[in-house]
Amino acid sequence: MGKMVTLTIDGQVISVPQGMLIVDAAKKAGIDIPVFCYHPKMEPVGMCRMCLVEVGRPVIDRTTGQPILEADGTPKIQFGPKLETACTTPVSEGMVVRTQTQVVAEARRGIIEFLLTSHPLDCPICDKGGECPLQNLTMAYGPGESRFQYEDKMHLAKHVPLGELIYLDRERCILCGRCVRFQSNVADDPVIAFSQRGRALQIVTFSEPGFDSYFSGNTTDICPVGALTTADFRFGARPWEMIPTASICPHCPVGCNLTLNVRREAAAGGREVIKRVMPRQNEWVNEIWICDKGRFGYHYTESPERLRQPLVRKNGRLEPATWEEALAFAAEGLRERSGVVALAGGRLSNEDFFNLYQVVTARQGRAVLYSTMAGGDYVQRYGLSGDANLAGLGKGDAVLVVATDLHEEAPLWWLRVKQAAERGATLIVANARPTKLERYAAHVIRYAYSEVLEKVQSLLAGESPEAQALAKATNLVIFFGQEGLSLEASEALATMLARLLVQNGQAERPLSGLVAVWPHANTQGGWEIGFRPDPDLAHTLATAGAVWVAAADPAGDDPILAQALEKAGFVIVQDLFLTETARRADVVFPVQAFTEREGTWTSGERRVQRFYPAVPELENTRPDFMIVAQVADHLGIPLVGRSASRVFDELARALPAFAGLSYTRLAEVVEQWPLVGRGDLYYGGTVYENTQGLGVRLARMSAGAELSEWPAVEIAPAPADDALYLVPVVRLYDQGQTLVPSHLLQQRMARAALYLAPATAAQLGVQTGERVEVSAGEWAETLTVYVDANVPVKAGLVPRSTGVPLRQPLWVRAQRAVLEPQP
Amino acid sequence: MSEYLILRHRAIPGLERLPVYLEHQGFAAFKKAVMELPPAQVIQMVKDSGLRGRGGAGFPTGLKWSFLPNDLWPHYVVANADESEPGTFKDREIMESNPFQFLEGLMIAAYAVQANVAYIYIRGEYWHIARWLDQKIAELEQAGLLGERLFGTDYSLRIYTHLGAGAYICGEETALLESLEGKLGQPRLRPPFPATAGLYNRPTVVNNVETLANVPLIVLNGPAWYHNYGTDKSPGTKVFSLSGCVNRPGNYELPFGVTFRELIFEHGGGVPEGRTLKAVMTAGASSVLIPMDESVLDTPMDYESLNKFGGSLGSASVIVLDDSVNMAWLTQKTVNFFKHESCGKCTPCREGTYWMNRLAERIVRGKAGLREVELLYQVARQMQGKCLCALGEFSTLAVVSSIDRFRADFEAVVTKEPIYG
Repeated sequence: MGKMVTLTIDGQVISVPQGMLIVDAAKKAGIDIPVFCYHPKMEPVGMCRMCLVEVGRPVIDRTTGQPILEADGTPKIQFGPKLETACTTPVSEGMVVRTQTQVVAEARRGIIEFLLTSHPLDCPICDKGGECPLQNLTMAYGPGESRFQYEDKMHLAKHVPLGELIYLDRERCILCGRCVRFQSNVADDPVIAFSQRGRALQIVTFSEPGFDSYFSGNTTDICPVGALTTADFRFGARPWEMIPTASICPHCPVGCNLTLNVRREAAAGGREVIKRVMPRQNEWVNEIWICDKGRFGYHYTESPERLRQPLVRKNGRLEPATWEEALAFAAEGLRERSGVVALAGGRLSNEDFFNLYQVVTARQGRAVLYSTMAGGDYVQRYGLSGDANLAGLGKGDAVLVVATDLHEEAPLWWLRVKQAAERGATLIVANARPTKLERYAAHVIRYAYSEVLEKVQSLLAGESPEAQALAKATNLVIFFGQEGLSLEASEALATMLARLLVQNGQAERPLSGLVAVWPHANTQGGWEIGFRPDPDLAHTLATAGAVWVAAADPAGDDPILAQALEKAGFVIVQDLFLTETARRADVVFPVQAFTEREGTWTSGERRVQRFYPAVPELENTRPDFMIVAQVADHLGIPLVGRSASRVFDELARALPAFAGLSYTRLAEVVEQWPLVGRGDLYYGGTVYENTQGLGVRLARMSAGAELSEWPAVEIAPAPADDALYLVPVVRLYDQGQTLVPSHLLQQRMARAALYLAPATAAQLGVQTGERVEVSAGEWAETLTVYVDANVPVKAGLVPRSTGVPLRQPLWVRAQRAVLEPQP
Repeated sequence: MSEYLILRHRAIPGLERLPVYLEHQGFAAFKKAVMELPPAQVIQMVKDSGLRGRGGAGFPTGLKWSFLPNDLWPHYVVANADESEPGTFKDREIMESNPFQFLEGLMIAAYAVQANVAYIYIRGEYWHIARWLDQKIAELEQAGLLGERLFGTDYSLRIYTHLGAGAYICGEETALLESLEGKLGQPRLRPPFPATAGLYNRPTVVNNVETLANVPLIVLNGPAWYHNYGTDKSPGTKVFSLSGCVNRPGNYELPFGVTFRELIFEHGGGVPEGRTLKAVMTAGASSVLIPMDESVLDTPMDYESLNKFGGSLGSASVIVLDDSVNMAWLTQKTVNFFKHESCGKCTPCREGTYWMNRLAERIVRGKAGLREVELLYQVARQMQGKCLCALGEFSTLAVVSSIDRFRADFEAVVTKEPIYG
C-alpha cells in the first residue's frame, strides 16, 4: 500500500491512499458527492460539473516549508476562489473539503437546472425512471422549478437506433460521455463518439453494424439518464416492479455474476418472466461488466420449443408419458443393460454432474465429458489459487494466451487480460491467426496450426525473447483453448503449459496458473467431479449398452455420432429441447433452465458460484440432478435428489477440492471497491451490488507425481499437398440452441461459411460468395466462401455452432462447387 | 509608430520574400542559437526579456518553455495560429506579410526545447495562409535553414501546418492539441498542462504567432534591449487590432502601456461622425464592457492596468463602441457567438450559453421584460466559476458587465409588461 493522506471532509477526518480523488475518498467516508460524468472505473473528465465542492488547503510558509498555524494552533486553511471538481482533484495532506455548504448547494442546484433546461422530463415513460441518477439528484438538489422558458426547449430525436441493440434518446442525453469513454477506454471499441458541438453535441455511432461492440449493453448501465436503453428491455417494465435474483451467466467459463430482473407479465398469462439481465458486481470475476451475449442470451429459457413433458419410445415413436412412467422406463432400460455411458455437457451444474457420476459408477459405467478439449485435470493442479484476482496482474507479471480467441470465446477474460497488459503485465498471444487481443501484446507468436505444439515446446527451451519474458515473470497466468487442436493435441498442450509453470518456478504462486477456455460454463466442474472426454467417442457410443446423455447433442453436432448413437443399446436424454439426440432416444426428460432452479457452476478459474431460481419452473420439468436421483432410486441406488444444496453437501464430503464448502459459504460476501448499487445509483450505475455471494475458488489439488512427458502427438500431416485444414472457430454469437431464441442478436450471428486466405482462395479459383465443396471420406459439406486476409494459408475456418457438423479440426479435400444450371 | 518590431514589413517592403528577410538579419538569430547557444541559454534570454504570451493570458513565455521535463521525449512546439477571437486579425497580418519572422521565432522556440517537429495550427478560414506558409517552409528547407542536421549540427527540425475546421474553441490550447491529434476539439482537463502532457501526451509548448514573432529580435538584440519597449511588467510592443466604431480600424503596433486615448484617437482617428465614445471591449468577445469617459481614457493598456475594470487585455482586439450602439444588442451578438462556439463539453457552458442566447434574443426583439433581463443576469452568474475552460467564463463577461453598467440600454428595449408568469 502506498502513502496515506489525511484530510477532512465535512468535519470527518479520514485517511486514504495518496492519489485518490476527493469523490472516492468521500465515498469511502460515507459521504456522497453527486456525479454524472465521473465513474469509478474510468478516468475522470470533469465535464458535468455536478461534483463541485469547496476545497481548502493548508497554507505553507515558503521559508520553513511548514504549515502556517491559526491562533488556536490549527493549520490555517486557504480556500480557493472557485469551487473545485471533486472527481478530478486528488486528495492532499491536510486538505479540507466542504460538501454541505450553501455555495455548494447553489452550485448543484445550478447544474441541475442547466441539465434540465432541455431535458424532456418524460420520467413517467422512461425506462430509467426509478433508478435514474438525474431523477434522484434532481429530487435531492434540484431547484424544484425551472426558470427556463418552455418553448425554448430543444426537441431532438427520441428513438435513435445505435445499431439494433442499443437505442439513444437524444433529448434525455446529458452528454456526460460515460458511454463514449467506456467504449474507448474500457472496451476499446471506439464505435460511438461525440459529434457536433455546443447544444448540438450528440452521440453518434459510425460502425457497421451500428454500435458494433460485444460490451455495448454496459453503456446502458452506466448511462446516468434514460438516454441509452437496450432494444431488449426498453419500455418493458418499471425498475421498481421487478424482483432481482442473483444468477451466473450460463454462456462461457468466465462465470460472470448476474442479477435477473423478474416481473409478472400480462402478456405471458400472468407468469413471472425475466425482463432483463443485469451485471452483479464481483471484482474477482467480471467486476461490474457483462458482455452482450450474457445480457441478451437468456431468451432460450423461455423458448416455446422447450420440452414440457417426458417422452418414452413406444412402437418406435416417442410418445408423451408421465414422469413415473418415464422414470420407470429409464430405470428398466438401464437395469437390463451393462456398460452404461453417461455423456454430459458443460451446461450441467456441479450437482447434476455429481449425481450422474454417482449413478454411472455404481453401475460400473463410464462418465464421459462431451468435449473435444482436454486439460481440466491440469487446471485442477496448476490453476489459480486462493484469492488470486486477475486484477492483481501488473508490471513484472506475464499472461500467455494460446490457441484461443478470448474476445470471441470469453469476452470478460479478454477485457481483464487487456487491462492486465495496460497495467504493465507482459502479454504474449500465440495463435495461428491474428486475434483482437494482439493489439495489447508485447509478443505475438504466430504458427501454422500444425506447428502449435512445437512452438509451445520452444517456449520451454528458454532461448526466445518470449520464453525469457515468461521465465522472468513473477506471476504467469496461461489461458489456453482448443483452436486447431484435436483432443489429444490439447492434452499435450495442457501438459506442456503445466510444465512451463513448474519449470519457471511459478506453479506454486497463487496468482499463477492455467485457465482453460472451455466452450461451456461448467466444463471445469465436469472435470472436478470425474468426467473425462473420450478420444473415440463414436466407438464408445456405438458399443455402449446404454447411453445417458445430459446437456449434450452429439447427434446434432456430428452425423457420425448420430449413427453411433443409433447403435447404442438404450438412450436416455435429459435436455431443454427436442434435440437430434433426443429424437433418437428411448426416453427423454424435460429439464429446468438455470433461471428456474438453483445450483453451482465451477468457472474456468475454478471459482464455484451459486445461481438461484428466478422464475417458477416450466410446468412438468425437473432439474437434472433430481431426475438422475429419481432414476437411481428406481435402480436401488440411494442418491440425494430433493435439493441442490444437499447434493452439494454430499459433493463437498466426497471431493477433497470442495472440502469445507457449502451453499452458505458460497453466499458469503465482502465489501468490494468501488461501492456500487446502493442508494446512489449515480456512482457506479445500475449494476447490482453483490449481496448473494462471491463464490469460492477451489483448493489446488496437490501436484502429485512428477509431470509426465506429454503424449507424443503429431498433428496429422497433410494427406495431400492440396489438402485444407478445416478448423472450427468460436464466434461469440453463434447459432447454438441457447442463443438462437435471442432474436435480437440474429443479424450479428455467425453463419455457416468457409473463411479462406486470399492465396488459398486463388488456388481454388474462388471468390467471396462462391461455394466450395470440402470432403473427407464420407464427410462432405458445401460452404460459401469468405476471403479473409487474417486466415492462415492452407487452412479453412468454419464458425462453430452454425450447422456445419465439424467438432474437431479435419484435413479435407476442397474444390470449387460447380452449380448445376437451373432448368 | 516610430518603430516596428513585429509589423516590420510595414517599414521594409518585400520582407515576406526570403532574400529580403535574409538581408535584414533574417535567421541570424536562429543560426546563432543553433550554432552558439545552449538551449537553456535561449530559454534564459527569453525569460530575461520578460516576453509574455500574446494569445491572451500573458503568461511569461520563457517560464513556459522551462517547464518541459527533460526526461520525457519527444518534445513538441505548436504555434497557435487559430486566431479566432472576434476582432483579432493581427496574426493574419504577421503570417501574410512577415512570415519568416514568425517562422524563425517558431524555430528558435523548437530549438530551445529541443523539439524536432513543430506544428502550426491554423484556423480553417486561413487556408490560403497555410498554403503560403507551406511555400515558405519549402523555401527554408531549400535554403538549408530547415531540415536535417542544420548548419552542420545535430539539430534537425521539421515544420508542418495543420488546418482547423472552424471551431473557436480550438484556439484554447488543450482543445487545439486534441484537434491536432485528429480528435474532436474539446478542452482537456488541466492539470496536467501541455508543458508536461501535451501533444500525444508529450511535453509541448503552445505559443501564439505574435509571441513567437518577438523571439528572433530578443535573441538577436538581447533581453535588455527588449526592455526598451513597453512597461516594466509588460515589456515589448503589442499589435492592437482596432475595430468597431472607429474611423481608422486596423492593426497598430504600439508599446505596452499606451493609453486608450492614444490608441483610439491618435491612431484610430476617433469615433465616426462626431459621435460619443461609449465603451470598449479590449479582448474581443471575451471582454467586459469598459464604459469610457475622460478618466478611463488615460488608462495604460497593459496586462495589469485593466484589472480594475474587471477586464483583461486578452489578445488586444479592441472593439470600440459609440453611443449608436445599444449594449443589449451587443450582448446578444456576443452571447450568440459563444452559444455557437461552445464545445458542449461542460454543462454550464453548453446549456448556459444556449439559454442566455434565447433570453438575449427575446430581450432585443422586445419580446421580454426586465424580469428576463434579471434572469439573463442570474444565468450568467450561475455559470461563473463553474465552467471547464475559459470560454464558458468569458461568455458571461459581456452579459454581466453590460447589465451592471448599461442597464438603461436594456430598459430601452424591453417591454414594460411582463411577458409571462
